[in-house]
Amino acid sequence: MKKRLTAFLLLAALLCAVLTGCGGGSADQTPAEKDPSTDAAPVANEITVGIANDLDDSLDPHKTVKAGTREVMFNVFEGLVKPTPDGDLTPAIAEDYTVSEDHLTYTFTLREGVKFHNGDPVTAEDVKYSIDRCADDSEGEPLVPAFLIIREVQVVDEKTVTITLTEPSNEFLSYLTAAILPAGYDGQDTAPIGTGPFKFVSRAAQDTIVLEKFDEYWGDPAYLDKVTFKIVENADSLMMSLQSGAIDLCNHLPTTQALQLSDDFYIVEGCMSLVQALYVNNAVAPFDDVRVRQALCYATDRQQIIDLAFDGYGSLVGSSMYPTLGKYFDDSLTDTYTYDTAKAKELLAEAGYPDGFDMTMTVPSNYPQHVDTAEVLAEQYKAVGINVEIIPVEWNSWISDVYVGRQYQTTVVGVDASAMTARAMLERFNSQAGNNFVNYQNDEYDALFQQAITCYDDAEQTALYKQMEKNLADNAANVYIQAPADLVAVRKGLEGFQFYPLYVMDLSTVRFAQ
Amino acid sequence: MKYAAKRVAMLLLTMVIVSLLAFVAFDLISGDPATAMLGTEATPEKVAALREQLGLNRPLMVRYGEWLLGFFTGDLGMSYSYRQPVWDLIAPKVLVTLCLSGLTFLLIVAVSIPLGLRSARQSGGVLGSVRTLVNQLCMAVPPFFTGILLSYLFSTVLRWFVHGQFPGLDKDLGGSLKYLFFASLALAIPRVAMTVRMLRSTVQGEMRKDYVRTAISRGNDRGGVLYQHVLKNALVPVVTFLAQTMAEIVASSIVVEQVFGIPGLGRMLVASISNRDYPTVQAIVVILAFWVVLAGTVADLINQRIDPRLRLGGAS
Amino acid sequence: MKNTRMNGYLKAGLILTGFLTALIILGFFWTPYDPEAMMAGPKLQGPTWQHLMGTDKFGRDIFSRVLQGAGTTFTIAASVVAIGAVCGTAVGALTGYFGGIVDEALMRLNDALTAFPSILLALVIISILGPGSKYNVVLALGLVFIPSFARVTRTAFAALRDVNYVKSARLMGASRRRILLVHILPNTMQVLLPAITIGFNNAVLAEASMSFLGIGVTPPDASLGYMLSEAQGMFIAAPWYAIGTGVTIVLLVFGVGLIGEGLQRRDKEVD
Repeated sequence: MKKRLTAFLLLAALLCAVLTGCGGGSADQTPAEKDPSTDAAPVANEITVGIANDLDDSLDPHKTVKAGTREVMFNVFEGLVKPTPDGDLTPAIAEDYTVSEDHLTYTFTLREGVKFHNGDPVTAEDVKYSIDRCADDSEGEPLVPAFLIIREVQVVDEKTVTITLTEPSNEFLSYLTAAILPAGYDGQDTAPIGTGPFKFVSRAAQDTIVLEKFDEYWGDPAYLDKVTFKIVENADSLMMSLQSGAIDLCNHLPTTQALQLSDDFYIVEGCMSLVQALYVNNAVAPFDDVRVRQALCYATDRQQIIDLAFDGYGSLVGSSMYPTLGKYFDDSLTDTYTYDTAKAKELLAEAGYPDGFDMTMTVPSNYPQHVDTAEVLAEQYKAVGINVEIIPVEWNSWISDVYVGRQYQTTVVGVDASAMTARAMLERFNSQAGNNFVNYQNDEYDALFQQAITCYDDAEQTALYKQMEKNLADNAANVYIQAPADLVAVRKGLEGFQFYPLYVMDLSTVRFAQ
Repeated sequence: MKYAAKRVAMLLLTMVIVSLLAFVAFDLISGDPATAMLGTEATPEKVAALREQLGLNRPLMVRYGEWLLGFFTGDLGMSYSYRQPVWDLIAPKVLVTLCLSGLTFLLIVAVSIPLGLRSARQSGGVLGSVRTLVNQLCMAVPPFFTGILLSYLFSTVLRWFVHGQFPGLDKDLGGSLKYLFFASLALAIPRVAMTVRMLRSTVQGEMRKDYVRTAISRGNDRGGVLYQHVLKNALVPVVTFLAQTMAEIVASSIVVEQVFGIPGLGRMLVASISNRDYPTVQAIVVILAFWVVLAGTVADLINQRIDPRLRLGGAS
Repeated sequence: MKNTRMNGYLKAGLILTGFLTALIILGFFWTPYDPEAMMAGPKLQGPTWQHLMGTDKFGRDIFSRVLQGAGTTFTIAASVVAIGAVCGTAVGALTGYFGGIVDEALMRLNDALTAFPSILLALVIISILGPGSKYNVVLALGLVFIPSFARVTRTAFAALRDVNYVKSARLMGASRRRILLVHILPNTMQVLLPAITIGFNNAVLAEASMSFLGIGVTPPDASLGYMLSEAQGMFIAAPWYAIGTGVTIVLLVFGVGLIGEGLQRRDKEVD
């Protein structure tokens, strides 16, 4: 009996060794920050929002690459003006502004009592610092290309700033949504400080971003005390998290999953402010041939994509413009190419590919909608002899290989606008643009773009932008598909979610129903 | 004690070799980290400056030495994709994976040892065949499939835990362990089946040996013989097998973490592989390898205690 | 030495595996529907007589996809075992028969490698080769499986080196190649066959795991692992998807496992 005991004791010792490795280690972790407010409040006035991917490495709002970062940090940063849900601009950090007769001088009066999240008041110096930072072109293209026309930013007094331009531009104001940051603060990458209704608290890579209500916010305060953004990269896990109650709100939900949701949620439907397309690398063969690109357009049954991958939700587009940008959207372009495999084959034969060819589609694996779309496209292209290999990649790889590195053939993704103007959508396709990841090169387009951005007459400018859209459509720059429906799952009991014609998520109006 | 010292020396040597292999392999394939970090902003001058700053101009062995020391000082370089120190990224995740593995291991031992001993005493018959079938079936179920079924059952139907909301070990230890328990169930099932089978055949093999037959023919009762002699001798291969199990658990947990949405090393590893974030992959691989080698060493040390006749290299 | 007697496990295993293999082979030539054709039926429909395992989110027939996916998995696992068994036996034969310092060194390396879980090693190799290609999966797993086969065959070759009939063959002047291939190799089948069944099952599970994680076989190639990861998110709306796919993996592994069990029992009875 004694030996039996020894044997089991030894086994137990082995287990202990395993367990102490675990228990001892976790004790070291306990002093991590603990949030006192959650203990104090009887009912936690906080929610968890599911997002599909991690934000940019840097949270600095001027260096944002990913739409997902802008979407979250919209709650933290504000510009002199800020967008409203109906697509207008409303003064934010500026209380008021005047524009000179020649449209070259903007004078902003700063709002009283606007404070940064670190408690410092916003001064004219901060505004000058922030705008100059975005306009700095000493290292190539400035952070905000539209700021190239700024001649000077002047501090008139503590509360007054003037910006003078080299040429008039009626879109300039739209870009003044660029975040105002405290002058000289160099921690924006990891500990961003802005003036928005929420302040940044913490970030755990690949896991969470935590925001808390900013008590000294100048405007209508946020209803919620705390918002945790939970990164759930796997769409299936996201679904499970919604079902199980780990997530209270989640936008851009795939329709198949939205339809599966339980009674705990209701769905708010909007239109996503982006253009989903098969973006094509115009610089590589065979896609450098306009006939091949047009053939792809004819071989695409867009309605089937919407039916199969989006359960019928979504509105067709024909160029790089989405319907919620109102006056800039040209509905007539939607039907530039209608599904016609015979025509597609004809064009392919003309281009020298009568039997089709092999191509790759690189898709970000964390966006099931895009992966699904790619699968449908691959199936559709078989009809014209094109063999598609789908390469799913992590979002970070997509950014570095496709968007920045431009090492790809085609990709399915959605492209959004950073400001509420046509320019924000169309600028990237001019041959000089740093973010022209499809390598579109068209002299007529470049010329139109120069004309458009220097034009001050609104109607004329809109017409020019529409011509640019038509240029993209006629030359089949990309295989345009749709502006997807934005389905937002909201837990019952929460209300106040608002859509913007921009890729942002405003949480300041979300609240628990009384 | 001499044995233990030798064994530990061997452990250290193995670890050095494993880490060296990992370091050299990833150093060769990862290309120039400076270019990778700069991306499109790379100019020859900037690359040269960053190389200097990162110390990439020094010989491979010097860099390896520094990196190895990093496991003690917490400096394992920077992750390409997160621009954060690798150590900060993985330190919290190591604990999660360790806890999941530990819990699974406990579960396997607690269930399979009594079951295995019981099944060793009975043999043959219809019951035996049924047992073998069930055993084979359990071994055939991949943990990620069980995981899907279990997470649906316990999370969506019974609501015993919230899928996707891992509380975090530092915030709620009890809740976290409960969450991990469901994942460890999925991990344990095929492993329990294998351990029971292994235990049964070892014990039965031992029972057939001459000394046992003699003892029984002398009139000792079977149970007594089983516990006094057989178990001791059977324990050695079982401990070795359990060490192997520990290693396999770590590997399977990579997949199960994905199923249950547990923020452990496995998910980090998969994401880093896809992102080609080599510094992170390198560190995780070496940590997992250390864990495997350590389990083997502990098993050998225990075996030597059970049966002091064992010598180095003769343990398995 | 030869024994062809069947036992229950072997029979059951052979029947189950034979049935599945027949289905898989059929699947290479014919499936009820085109596995990639969308809208073959209504979306997310439960099992019916038209669609034995229901349909997926694109209205594709899951049964056809499972057949095709099982084919992919089966091909990969078979190739992996082939690479592992052929290379492993070669290494095992040479080191086991000739012995010496090379043998000693290789076996030490082998011990170290077999201590590591195969998925982990395969992941490391995949991360070096680059994820997302089925050829890389085959290569990675094939490499990983060599040591375990080498270990098994080495023991057998070392043991058979000195048995009488091999000695006499040597005396009669048979070439080394002839001794290794004709006199010893056939007699190692007894240990090789169970090793192949275990290896096959490990390969199926490893491939499924890697595809489940999204770094193995990728769409539009159907793979059981990838399909299962897709099915997880739709478990509530379409449980048959996950169950149909998962059960197929289980049956495939179960059948081969039974064969292995049967082989081992048969050999034990002979000894």
